[in-house]
Amino acid sequence: MYSNFYIFKYSAIMVILVAALLSTAAMLLKPAQDRNLEIEKMKSILASANIEATSDDAIDLYKKYITKEIVLNPEGKQIDLYENGEFIDGDERAFDIDLKKQLYRKKNNENYQLPLFVCKKGSETLFIIPLLGKGLWGPVWGNIALKSDFTLVEGVTFGHKSETPGLGAEIDTKEFQKQFIGKRIFNNLGEFTSIKVVKGGIDLLPQNLKIHGVDAISGGTITSNSVADMLNNNLSSYVPYFKKNR
Amino acid sequence: MSSNNMTKDPLFSLKNRKLLTEPLGKNNPITIQVLGICSALAVTAKIKPAFVMALSVIAVLAISNVIISLLRNGIPPRIRIIVQLVVIATLVILVDQILKAYVFDVSKQLSVFVGLIITNCIIMGRLEAFAMNNKPWQAFLDGIGNAIGYGWILIVVAFFRELLGSGTIYGYKVIPESFYDFGYKNNGLMILPPMALIVVGIIIWIQRSKNKELIEEN
Repeated sequence: MYSNFYIFKYSAIMVILVAALLSTAAMLLKPAQDRNLEIEKMKSILASANIEATSDDAIDLYKKYITKEIVLNPEGKQIDLYENGEFIDGDERAFDIDLKKQLYRKKNNENYQLPLFVCKKGSETLFIIPLLGKGLWGPVWGNIALKSDFTLVEGVTFGHKSETPGLGAEIDTKEFQKQFIGKRIFNNLGEFTSIKVVKGGIDLLPQNLKIHGVDAISGGTITSNSVADMLNNNLSSYVPYFKKNR
Repeated sequence: MSSNNMTKDPLFSLKNRKLLTEPLGKNNPITIQVLGICSALAVTAKIKPAFVMALSVIAVLAISNVIISLLRNGIPPRIRIIVQLVVIATLVILVDQILKAYVFDVSKQLSVFVGLIITNCIIMGRLEAFAMNNKPWQAFLDGIGNAIGYGWILIVVAFFRELLGSGTIYGYKVIPESFYDFGYKNNGLMILPPMALIVVGIIIWIQRSKNKELIEEN
């Protein structure tokens, strides 16, 4: 038989050993993990502008294509500008902005900052906006690239932490994301419409609204709706900037 | 079977081979013991996640079976379940961290599944039923056998769900566009969880009708 003392001793030693093992592993692996996350972010920003990058060339391609990183205030005024690797204005990179914190401040009506990336692709200038929202099981995020009229969508990427595989998780597939190319986030009257994700397909919409909608994922309605909410919530903050610079 | 006999067995004696092969068929964890159904529903909409899940479960089950088997004489019976859980959770977290640091793309594919391994009842079931009373080598074989038994069912279910539900296999389109032009449609029901149960049910049906020993009398 095992005494109570033995049981306590056994569990105490086990817990301490496991804790030491896991925290050591976490500490040692942290730098490599952070680097992967940064590369992932660069890849996702580039992918929204339809530039395919691999983990190996993402840093170089990012430097080449993303020429400006701009930080805006809610009125659409530029407060920081980081261009070709140097600060022209202010001292914060859009790349380092924690979108989650900014969205939280926005919700509480505090002053917040908006990151914006400018991509030079050939003769074209694209504006890339990072997105963040709530999915069914966890966060969803992405990037949307707009042409220089701030209306036509060049491309999008979406990612998610834990949406249901085969259903909501389909938002990170090319098939879903392809639908957004060529859609418009403003209507002809210049009003902000965002892009709706329509359950049952955009064929249900009247002709003039089809350009502002995409098909939802069957079986993934809640995740599809959260993508639409995310687009609306994030993009609407930039409307003052869009109107000023159009 | 007494453990004294086991030590004299060669590494791949008949008894040891059975540990490996029985869980594939007539003692399959999913179709016979009906364990691990929850993850069988969750990850079988596509073959790729099912495949990766099967690989991860093979690794975790084999290693945790060996660890528990090595510790088996020191574990106080009253807290054995907690000890088993700690071993599984530690392994899973370690695997997750290492994947995130060195093979980030794979870890993205796995996302939630790595965490799901902890809740897979096959793993705790094997630790409790086998590894606690058997030597490490036997425990290792039992772990591999059961994990493969689990994995092949997962992949078969995922094959039918992906083929009929999305028209693809391992992400590649196999049903030609022209079928769709003639009005063929992907079966949306296949990608929803209930169809996983029905497919598993069909596999159980086929298995029992082929192997009369498995039919319960009452």
